[in-house]
Amino acid sequence: MVTTTAELAEDEDGRARFDALIAADQRIEPRDWMPDKYRRTLVRQISQHAHSEIIGMQPEANWITRAPSLKRKAILMAKVQDEAGHGLYLYAAAQTLGISREEMTAQLIEGRARYSSIFNYHTPTWADMGAIGWLVDGAAICNQVPLCRASYGPYGRAMVRICKEESFHQRQGFEILYELSHGTPEQKQMAQDAVDRWYWPSLMMFGPSDDASPNSAQSMAWNIKRFSNDELRQRFVGMCVPQFEALGLECPDKDLRYDEETGTWITGEIDWDEFAAVLDGRGPANAARLRHRREAHDDGAWVREAAAEYARKQHDSERVAV
Amino acid sequence: MSEHSGAHGDVSVDELTLAEELLGSGTTATPPVAEYAMRLGDDALILSQQLGGWISRAPELEEDLALGNIALDLIGHARALLRYAGTASDRSEDDLAFWRDEPEFRSCWLVEQPNGHFGDTIARQFLFSAYQVELYQALATSTDPSLGAIAGKAEREVAYHLDHAAQWMLRLAGGTEESRGRITVSLGDLYPYVDELFEDDELTDRLAGVAPRPSSLRAGFDRTVASVLAEADLETPAVKPARGDGRRGGHTASMGYLLAEMQWLARRHPGATW
Repeated sequence: MVTTTAELAEDEDGRARFDALIAADQRIEPRDWMPDKYRRTLVRQISQHAHSEIIGMQPEANWITRAPSLKRKAILMAKVQDEAGHGLYLYAAAQTLGISREEMTAQLIEGRARYSSIFNYHTPTWADMGAIGWLVDGAAICNQVPLCRASYGPYGRAMVRICKEESFHQRQGFEILYELSHGTPEQKQMAQDAVDRWYWPSLMMFGPSDDASPNSAQSMAWNIKRFSNDELRQRFVGMCVPQFEALGLECPDKDLRYDEETGTWITGEIDWDEFAAVLDGRGPANAARLRHRREAHDDGAWVREAAAEYARKQHDSERVAV
Repeated sequence: MSEHSGAHGDVSVDELTLAEELLGSGTTATPPVAEYAMRLGDDALILSQQLGGWISRAPELEEDLALGNIALDLIGHARALLRYAGTASDRSEDDLAFWRDEPEFRSCWLVEQPNGHFGDTIARQFLFSAYQVELYQALATSTDPSLGAIAGKAEREVAYHLDHAAQWMLRLAGGTEESRGRITVSLGDLYPYVDELFEDDELTDRLAGVAPRPSSLRAGFDRTVASVLAEADLETPAVKPARGDGRRGGHTASMGYLLAEMQWLARRHPGATW
């Protein structure tokens, strides 16, 4: 491709404007010039985030038909439905960067895209609905609240809406666990078991330590990311400690301690080998999640084709009428 | 269809307690009214349970949202109706949903027909929502204030359900050859369960003024269905009605599986709260 002098000059102007907007902590909007790498980073991050919402529906949808009370069933349906909604806003935000939903869907079901590894764990008990809400959504909130200020406008605005709903999700998770931990001995045991299984993977949701996180520095410079992985993990642990007490459940991290001097929480050793394995596709539910998504997509193909064909016929007949 | 999502997209915890407010406190249903409320509540509960099974499996995200909305509306109706029904025998909505056995459920056979593929679910929803629109319109003027209030709120919601299903009837019938073939079969498979919805019996005879006679709702239902089928260029299926027995506690083979799944966890922990 030949680049003309005029195009180069335009790029120069665009870059200067982009740099000035970032320096002033202002929003970049879809029609603004942006570096290719900024665009690619955002497409990757937003689409991964959207995929996480969509895949994240599965572990909870699994319990909708078995929820133990009508109130819990209604709340769980509302929550999983919210996740579908979040997926939609986020796909729409990514589309403003020039990628289509079909392409993102294809990347997901062909196993070419990533989504949050946390959803590659199974949900064998009802208490998992509580642990996911409390820990997983709690961790997600710590990660996502700063994203409301992300430099890319459509992403930041989508995150504002999402964060509002996530705090309801976390509250309902805490409530589920509270009922269980203050219920029968079997219920309390169910709650402790779920928390034992979800606690460490939740800490892993913040990603590797800062020195081992390859994309972090550039994303921070571009005001996409605002705090380091470790800072966010800290904040999350600090939030959990008093809540463990309120629940009357034990924190599975026996080495957790508060360092008075630095004012930080020192966690026990996180099993990064497990994280790497799940990320690499070797988690307990990776295969099941993709299969579920692919089957839903394939089973629905005839419906989407019908809708498209119907729309085409309507369009044609309108043109004839004109 | 996605344009409907906005109106129904935000579901908050407050909305889930609305049913309680509508009922007021201290209203006790008479035994026949309770029996009637249980029929309606069971219909809504069973259909909601079925639609809940679609979430995360729909043909597109917009339908995960739409079917989820409908399931949420229906479980809201079910909770209000069952709570009211339970006042006659001092049982809670959960006592009724989780601790009754199959012969005690009063739901019609249409709602317990399996989800099948998307066309089966849409045909079931279309027929049932067309019935519910007539039902709740009539019930909104009930002499029983609790039933009237529940119906008044439900009336608007089921009108949306009908619109959603009708839009899909048109798309599936007027889409591809495959979709037209499928929805034609779905409609024929489900039509035998229509007659049961409009059968009068001793209970509905006794409830004159409180509840519409089911047979009086048939003409409106037939008009709605005929107009959508005409637009979709589909025939009303020439099939024989099944002798539905749901109002007396008789059910089809799929009901046992449905209840086993729905009730298992609650029954595993007697006396527990959640």
